[in-house]
Amino acid sequence: MRARVLIRPKAGILDPQGQAVERALPALGFEGVRNVHVGRLIELDVEDPAQLPAMCEQLLANPLVEDYDIQRPDADEQSQNVGPDDPRGISSGSGST
Amino acid sequence: MKFGVVQFPGSCDERDAVAAAARVGDAVLLWHRDRDLRGVDAVIVPGGFSYGDYLRAGALARFSPIMGEVERFARHGGLVLGICNGFQVLCEAALLPGALLPNTSLRFVCRQVDLVVVNAHTNWTRACARGDRLSIPAKHQTGRYWAPDPVLDELEANDQVVLRYATGNGFNGSARDIAGVSNKAGNVVGLMPHPEHAVDPLTGSADGLALFESAALVAAYPTGFAGGHT
Repeated sequence: MRARVLIRPKAGILDPQGQAVERALPALGFEGVRNVHVGRLIELDVEDPAQLPAMCEQLLANPLVEDYDIQRPDADEQSQNVGPDDPRGISSGSGST
Repeated sequence: MKFGVVQFPGSCDERDAVAAAARVGDAVLLWHRDRDLRGVDAVIVPGGFSYGDYLRAGALARFSPIMGEVERFARHGGLVLGICNGFQVLCEAALLPGALLPNTSLRFVCRQVDLVVVNAHTNWTRACARGDRLSIPAKHQTGRYWAPDPVLDELEANDQVVLRYATGNGFNGSARDIAGVSNKAGNVVGLMPHPEHAVDPLTGSADGLALFESAALVAAYPTGFAGGHT
């Protein structure tokens, strides 16, 4: 099944990329933008979505410094396979280790 | 004393590391796909851009076959030094605490920096004295050392902060000006600046030799320095 993993810097950790983007937007005339954070998107097809959290913890994210969200767009039909997650097919890890 | 320097695809400082180590002992290259440390007494994980820094710096190198052996070696007390990308690899492998994040400037910076030796008891700094200043080049874009505050407090309490940027020399935003840390036992050390590029006065400084000499001291006097030398 198709899955998406969204990875972003943990709250409270300085994110200079986000700050640079936040400073650039007003220069183009876009006002009122705050709290910009830059992360990564990983898309993947997986046979066993129950393995996604372990994949995130061990490789896709560095849980010390990054949070991740796992999104499964077609999770409705597959929800029996994915454990006690939010019915929208989104699960998160704050991954403190 | 025999040093082994790991070479990953994308490493670029392995030859300087071999040349530096060869000043105090024998030195060989270890290929990332091998599972044999070839009987070395110390392993150096060198600088560069292993696996293109894909995903995160150091994240993929951690899973190469040789790293399983390096982890085993480290957990049995073997001497391991991670330099720059090697430091990132050792943090990703959880052999060292913390993580390296992009410099606050977001720029690749290459400059000579002064480091202060904070702990001269580790296996990689015992040829130094506490408070020594080492002039060593740094060159990286992802060198901002970070760990949660309680972990930083613990590192300081355990004497695991090995090197700091001297006042005015920090440029990457590292927490508490940390340039290098060790594991609890002191056999594994990582640092962002490059001691292997500072081993001959011809290139401006030979201060980096002290790290290699420290490892050679351990090999020569495996128990004779335990905690007693500053």
